[in-house]
Amino acid sequence: MIEIRIHGRGGQGAVTSAELVAIAAIDDGKYAQAFPSFGPERRGAPVAAFIRVSDKPIRTREKVYVPNVVMVLDPSILKIVNVAAGLKEGGTVIINTSKTPEEMARLLNVKAKIATVDATKIAMESMGVPITNTSMLGALVKATGIVSNDALGKAIDKRFGRIAEKNKTAFNRAMTETIIRES
Amino acid sequence: MAKRVGMEVSIAASEAVKLADVDVIAAYPITPQTHIVEHLSEVVADGELDAAFVPVESEHSAMSCCLGSSAAGARTFTATSSQGLALMHEILFIAPAMRLPIVMVVANRALSGPISIWNDHSDIMAEQDIAWIQTFAENGQEVFDLVLHAFRVAEDSKVLLPVIVNLDGFTLSHVIEPIEILDKAEVDKYLPPYKPKVRLDPRKPVSMGLVGIPEIYTEAKKATDEVLINSKKIVLKAWKEFGDLFGRYYNPVESYKTEGAEVILITMGSISETAMTAIDKMREKGLPVGLVRFRLWKPFPAPEFKKAIAGAQTLAVVDRALSPGGACGPVAEEIKAALYAERGRPKVFNFIAGLGGRDVTVENFEEIVSKAFAYAKKRPKQFYEMIGVREI
Amino acid sequence: MAKIDAVMGWKELDLGCVIRQPGSSRAFKTGDWRSQRPVVDRDKCIKCGLCWVYCPDLAMVPAEDGYYAVSLDYCKGCGICAKECPKDAITMVLEED
Repeated sequence: MIEIRIHGRGGQGAVTSAELVAIAAIDDGKYAQAFPSFGPERRGAPVAAFIRVSDKPIRTREKVYVPNVVMVLDPSILKIVNVAAGLKEGGTVIINTSKTPEEMARLLNVKAKIATVDATKIAMESMGVPITNTSMLGALVKATGIVSNDALGKAIDKRFGRIAEKNKTAFNRAMTETIIRES
Repeated sequence: MAKRVGMEVSIAASEAVKLADVDVIAAYPITPQTHIVEHLSEVVADGELDAAFVPVESEHSAMSCCLGSSAAGARTFTATSSQGLALMHEILFIAPAMRLPIVMVVANRALSGPISIWNDHSDIMAEQDIAWIQTFAENGQEVFDLVLHAFRVAEDSKVLLPVIVNLDGFTLSHVIEPIEILDKAEVDKYLPPYKPKVRLDPRKPVSMGLVGIPEIYTEAKKATDEVLINSKKIVLKAWKEFGDLFGRYYNPVESYKTEGAEVILITMGSISETAMTAIDKMREKGLPVGLVRFRLWKPFPAPEFKKAIAGAQTLAVVDRALSPGGACGPVAEEIKAALYAERGRPKVFNFIAGLGGRDVTVENFEEIVSKAFAYAKKRPKQFYEMIGVREI
Repeated sequence: MAKIDAVMGWKELDLGCVIRQPGSSRAFKTGDWRSQRPVVDRDKCIKCGLCWVYCPDLAMVPAEDGYYAVSLDYCKGCGICAKECPKDAITMVLEED
């Protein structure tokens, strides 16, 4: 079972990206759960969302305490939230930043596989808004291969309708531009 | 053909209601039930469901409206949570007394105060005596299945009682997971149209909801109680038929690895899945523990329960609500009452966990079980114990 | 409802205590609550019908000749008819008399 924690700010699509991954994984024939950090949502406030993906039925309703993967949608979160908290040994951190994985590794001081991508730039250029979730999904799929492009593409189509194409452009560009550094 | 999709559990609940082809939905939105009624209001507005959606001004009105529409013979649905359920309180008793087969989903949430929008069972445990049939779901699939089952049971001519399907707020309602959605033809096979035995009809007038003078009130209460007790047969029959049609079989009391168990954990609702993971872990370590959980809560399935726990020396009952000033939590109380007259009855220890959204973890279950083993040797001073409470 | 004097057993109650026969409250006679009864003086009565309008129990029954008769099955003896009668044609008398 792979457990993922997503950090973002209310309005950046952290919950939506968790939903899309779970829907795609289920479409791939796997078992999955996606859920938000329960509570009132506030635009701009730090939020978290969680994903579990497994080949077997998932029989736990705990929150995610020891994630295999942490994904950060907004670099400014790093100053206020310890995003690496509980990260499993040999885990992966995926960050929206213009910095290199090496710089981030030093900054976060973690022994982990690190993937970086300038998702804000990609989102602005392909969609005209700084909503980074679909770009970051590109980085997530490249770094983990947790779901198939095909299933995720379908989930994006269904969710975004007429703006799906722009989101897929951002997703594909992020796939290409993500830089990965093994731990 | 049934379709397996990734879907939010709230949406799955509303999809079941839609497939049941309800006539009237009267509801007021409240967290964490909101997505259920939002989605239903959408499908009605989009013309996907030919029903009246009544956006009432309070839950008190929601339930009152449901009484009226159900009395008129309409298949009727509502959903609520916490304070909303509490606001319905005085109307809830009237539905079974009038034998109205209303179906309600309760997204369980703590009652104020302090104000909490998060999950526990204090809302529904304050409504133990309303004479509604009550079931508890462990996962999204069960929510979908139990909603269809609820209509089937409620409207059975031998039952004609309202049914509540309980699902944990947020921990179930807001989770996306795989759910097999039946298609309309499959649902139609299971759930025939509602044929009321008596209904409000100007062409054939009747009086409903009358005064029960002292000479008749006792008999009226006895009649409702009997129907509720006997409804269990239909509850079981409807589950059996559901299983025969769709391959998913349900029981009023479910057992997990209870063979040879000295300590049995007792749970209800979505924490049961986490409890199973905990049982697996403890069994691997060689601890003789098992799990029994209630799917049917009212009418209380005492014989099935006694059979499920037979052989265990100790029960560790997990309550998701407090009964302040009382002997123990509401589930433990019911269990103790059921076991009192039994020879060689097991010891019952009660643990209150997961209040107001506090996570109930695998570790918590391990702690509960190890305490139960210890208490079996040396009786604790207190009747119940709150797990994870900070004693400072 | 087959029995009207509230001696039914729980098994005999209709579904949800519904009453299928409209107007069955007619069988519930409230006249024994009365300590006074109205007596109409037909010499004074002008057949205006105000007693019939005001009676809260529909106990004033219009007769074919245009006068109003008191149905003692339902009259609770409240005296509203006597109070409202513009011709003082109705007198309340003690039941004992």
